[in-house]
Amino acid sequence: MAATPAPGTSKGAHSDVTGRRKKGPGALATAYLVIYNVVMTAGWLVIAVGLVRAYLARGSYHGLYYSIEKPLKFFQTGAVLEVTTCARSWTDASLCVFCLVSVSLQVQSEDSVLLFVTAWTVTEIIRYSFYTFSLLNHLPYLIKWARYTFFFVLYPMGVTGELLTIYAALPHAQKTGLYSVTLPNKYNFSFDYHSFLIIVMVSYIPLFPQLYFHMVRQRKKVLGHTEDYSKVE
Amino acid sequence: MPLHWRPPVEILDAKTKDKLCFLDKVEPNATIGEIKSMFHKNHPQWYPARQSIRLDPKGKSLKDEDVLQHLPVGTTATFYFRDLGSQISWVTVFLTEYTGPLVIYLMFYFRVPFIYAPKYDFTTSKHWVVHLACMCHSFHYMKRLLETLFVHRFSHGTMPLRNIFKNCTYYWGFAAWMAYYINHPLYTPPIYGEQQIRLALILFLFCQIGNFSIHIALRNLRPPGSKTRKIPYPTKNPFTWIFLLVSCPNYTYELGSWLGFTLMTQCLPVAFFTLVGFIQMTVWAKGKHRSYLKEFRDYPPLRSPILPFIL
Repeated sequence: MAATPAPGTSKGAHSDVTGRRKKGPGALATAYLVIYNVVMTAGWLVIAVGLVRAYLARGSYHGLYYSIEKPLKFFQTGAVLEVTTCARSWTDASLCVFCLVSVSLQVQSEDSVLLFVTAWTVTEIIRYSFYTFSLLNHLPYLIKWARYTFFFVLYPMGVTGELLTIYAALPHAQKTGLYSVTLPNKYNFSFDYHSFLIIVMVSYIPLFPQLYFHMVRQRKKVLGHTEDYSKVE
Repeated sequence: MPLHWRPPVEILDAKTKDKLCFLDKVEPNATIGEIKSMFHKNHPQWYPARQSIRLDPKGKSLKDEDVLQHLPVGTTATFYFRDLGSQISWVTVFLTEYTGPLVIYLMFYFRVPFIYAPKYDFTTSKHWVVHLACMCHSFHYMKRLLETLFVHRFSHGTMPLRNIFKNCTYYWGFAAWMAYYINHPLYTPPIYGEQQIRLALILFLFCQIGNFSIHIALRNLRPPGSKTRKIPYPTKNPFTWIFLLVSCPNYTYELGSWLGFTLMTQCLPVAFFTLVGFIQMTVWAKGKHRSYLKEFRDYPPLRSPILPFIL
C-alpha cells in the first residue's frame, strides 16, 4: 500500500507528520509495530523477487501481473491493518484504487499495472524498512536517504501507472455498468462507477503536486539539517 | 511594584523573534484587546481579529479580556505574535453557508433546467411527501438563518477565511446531492407510506422545537455583549429537561431532526449527511463536555456529551 490514487505515497507523507507528533509507544506496542513492519517489508520483498523471477522465466512483461497477483492482494488486504498502527493516516485510497482496478480483468495484463506495482513495491520495501529500523532506533542513513530521494522518480512513476490503468479500465466500466446503481430504487440512490473513475483521475491534478511538494519539503527538513548547524545565531 | 509602574511592552514575531512593535508606557490595567489595537496602529495590515498574542512562542493565545498586570511578565512585558490569517465573521459564514442549501434545494424542487431531462423542466413531483420534504428542508434552513441573526451569541467574532470555502462546500454540496434524488422524477416514496412519513414528521418537528428551545436557553445564559460561560440547566420549558442527561442537547436534537428527515425521504444520501453531521457534532460535543468539566468543579456527573448514557 503506498501510492494513493492521489499521488504516490500520500500515506507515507501523512505518516511522517503523524509519526513525528506521536510520542514513543510502550514496549508491547513497539514489539507489535516492529513485527508488523518486518512482515510488510518481507512481503514486499517476496513480491519484488517474484516479479524478477517471473520476468526472467518468461522473457517479457506480458502477464507478469498474474505471477504476483496473489501475494500482492494478500498484502494489500493485510495492509488494512495499517489502521491498527495508529501512526498512519486514514487516507488509504490507494487500497481503493487497487481493489477497484484489480477486478477489471482486462486491465490486468496492461503494462500500466506493472508500472505502478513496481513503483509501489520499491517504495514500500524502503518505507517499511525505514519504519522498522526507526522503531528499533537503528536507522541507517542510507535507508533514510533512499526514502526521501527515490520518491522523486517513484511518485511520478506510480501516479502515471495508476492514471493509465484507470484510463484503460474506463471502457470496460462503462460497457458493463460495473459497480453502478441506477434509479429507480427504494434507497433513492445512484452511482456511476465510470464517472467516479473520471473524477478520481481529475482529483490527481490538485492532490499529486501537494503531496509531491510535501515530500520535497520533508526531505529538506529531514536530510538538510546538517546545513542548519552551520547557521550561527 | 513601584506605584506608578507603567511597563513598556514589546511584541516579537513568534517564529522569527523579530521585534515587531515597542510600546513605551502601557497602563498596567490595559487589556490584551487594547494592546492589540495599539499594535494594529503600528501595523495596519494586522487588524486585531487576526492577531494571536501569547506569552510563549508556542503557547496558547491570550484572551482579549486578560489584563496586563495580572500576567506573569517581567519589567518589560514581552509578547509573541502570530498572524492568524485573513479572518471572516462567524455571522457572515453562517449566513452564507445556510442560504446556499435553502436556494439550491428549491432549484431542484422546481426542476430548474439542466438538472433533469428537459421534458421534466419546471414540472412538480406527483408525490406529496416530496412537497412535505421541501417544506421541512426550507423551514430548517430558514430557522438557522433567523437564529444566526437574532438568537445566537458568539464567543468568537471571527474565524479563518478559508473556513468559508470548506463549510460552504460541505453544506451546499450535500444539499445539492440530497435534493437531486428527493426531487428526481424517478423518486421512490417511503416503503411504509403514510405511517412512516407521519412518524418522521413528528420526530422532525419535535426535534426542531427542541433544538430551538436549547438555543434560546443558551442565549439566556449569557447577557448581551458578554462572553461569560455558565453551566446550562433545565428551565420551565420541557424541551430543556434533556439538560439533565446531556451537555449539548442542541446537537442531540439536530441529530433527531435529520433522522426524521431521513425516515421521511427514505433517501440514502440524506442518511450519509446525517451520519457525517453526527460524527462532527459528536466531536464538538465531546470537546464542549471536556471544557465544561475542566472549568466547573460542580459539573453534573450524570451528563453525557451528546447521547444520554451512551456517547
